[in-house]
Amino acid sequence: MPQIAQLGEFYSSQIFWLLIFFGITFFVVGRGMVPKVMDTVASRDKQIADDLKAAESARAQADAEEAAWRTRENANRAQAQGLIADARGQAAAAAAQRLAVAQAGIDATIVGAETRIADARRLAADEIETVAADATREIVSRIAGLSLDDAAVRGAVKENLVHG
Amino acid sequence: MAAEAKLDPMHQFQLEKLAGADWNIAGYNVAFTNSALWMAIATLALIVFVAGGMKRAVVPGRWQMAVETFTGFIDGMLAANVGKNGKKYVPYIFSLFMFILFANFLGLMPLGVVGVHAFTFTSHFSATGVLAVLSFAIVLIVGFSKHGFHFFSLFVPHGTPVGMIPIIFVVELISFLVRPFSLGLRLFVAMMAGHVLLEVLSSFVISGGNNGPIMFVIAGVPSFVLMVGICALELLVAGIQAYVFALLTCVYLNDAENLH
Repeated sequence: MPQIAQLGEFYSSQIFWLLIFFGITFFVVGRGMVPKVMDTVASRDKQIADDLKAAESARAQADAEEAAWRTRENANRAQAQGLIADARGQAAAAAAQRLAVAQAGIDATIVGAETRIADARRLAADEIETVAADATREIVSRIAGLSLDDAAVRGAVKENLVHG
Repeated sequence: MAAEAKLDPMHQFQLEKLAGADWNIAGYNVAFTNSALWMAIATLALIVFVAGGMKRAVVPGRWQMAVETFTGFIDGMLAANVGKNGKKYVPYIFSLFMFILFANFLGLMPLGVVGVHAFTFTSHFSATGVLAVLSFAIVLIVGFSKHGFHFFSLFVPHGTPVGMIPIIFVVELISFLVRPFSLGLRLFVAMMAGHVLLEVLSSFVISGGNNGPIMFVIAGVPSFVLMVGICALELLVAGIQAYVFALLTCVYLNDAENLH
């Protein structure tokens, strides 16, 4: 077993070189490089944590802004609804008023027209009476040879037209 | 004789002086051996590996991700075992874990295919013992500097009856003092056993082949199949032993850092 057989010859060399090379490892790698590697990891973890925190606060702010916007939006909508209702009421009132005016004008026109129609009908009836009386008188004088009084003929015609 | 030596499963652990056979420091020989060479290779590979992960990009690439996974793993292990006081031990535990891990893996590399023989210096207790003593020394230094003589209360668990304190103290002290040995020997034994097993099985394959086709089918082929499986197991063991070494050091540091 060389580990024991050669111990006397080589123990000092083994110890010396192990201390040398482990020392180099410790001071160059352990003390020199490892802290930098761990710094990198720590700064990355910190950056990730910071970024997450920033994102979280940004989201909270966005939520707050959205809530504020929603409140404002609801108020605006309510105000707009109020304006629309007012405008609708005013428009309805104005329309009703204009309708009333128009109705009055139409009624007056209708009354005038009806009066005119009644006058025209009366005139037409008088005309027919006159024509009928003349025709009757003419017919009587031709057929019976009678010369009738104008007023009598007219009275008889009137009676027949009314009761006819 | 030389051909026979190649089938010796312990030959792979032979230390050889590569340079400086006469280098001495205060009378002690510090020749540069094949073991020292593989320590250097492990160190270099580790430096290259971690340096590759130092791009410090916010969005890491694959390599950086791999390095950060290891540092995060060690950081998590210390956080779980020692708590937030454990952060300052990350450089040491990381170096320890990665150094052993690289040593174990480099020793398992199939470099024999290209004629280079990988040497696993973690299969020598003269190397693992140094790491174990180092960890144990750190535990002692931290324990005594932080708690002074109160650190000895570690050997008297809570709720020990007064009459039992002397016995318990001795038992706990022994179990505490055994720690560096168990720490160093565990790694050394696990690595050595695995490498011996692979070597023995590979000698079965070669010897079986040398003894004709029937022996090759009976002994060689099953040994080869078993070897493939054991190789996978050894890769697992290489990781687990590095993890156990680092984890136990964390547990011991916890005793020193947070005295109950």
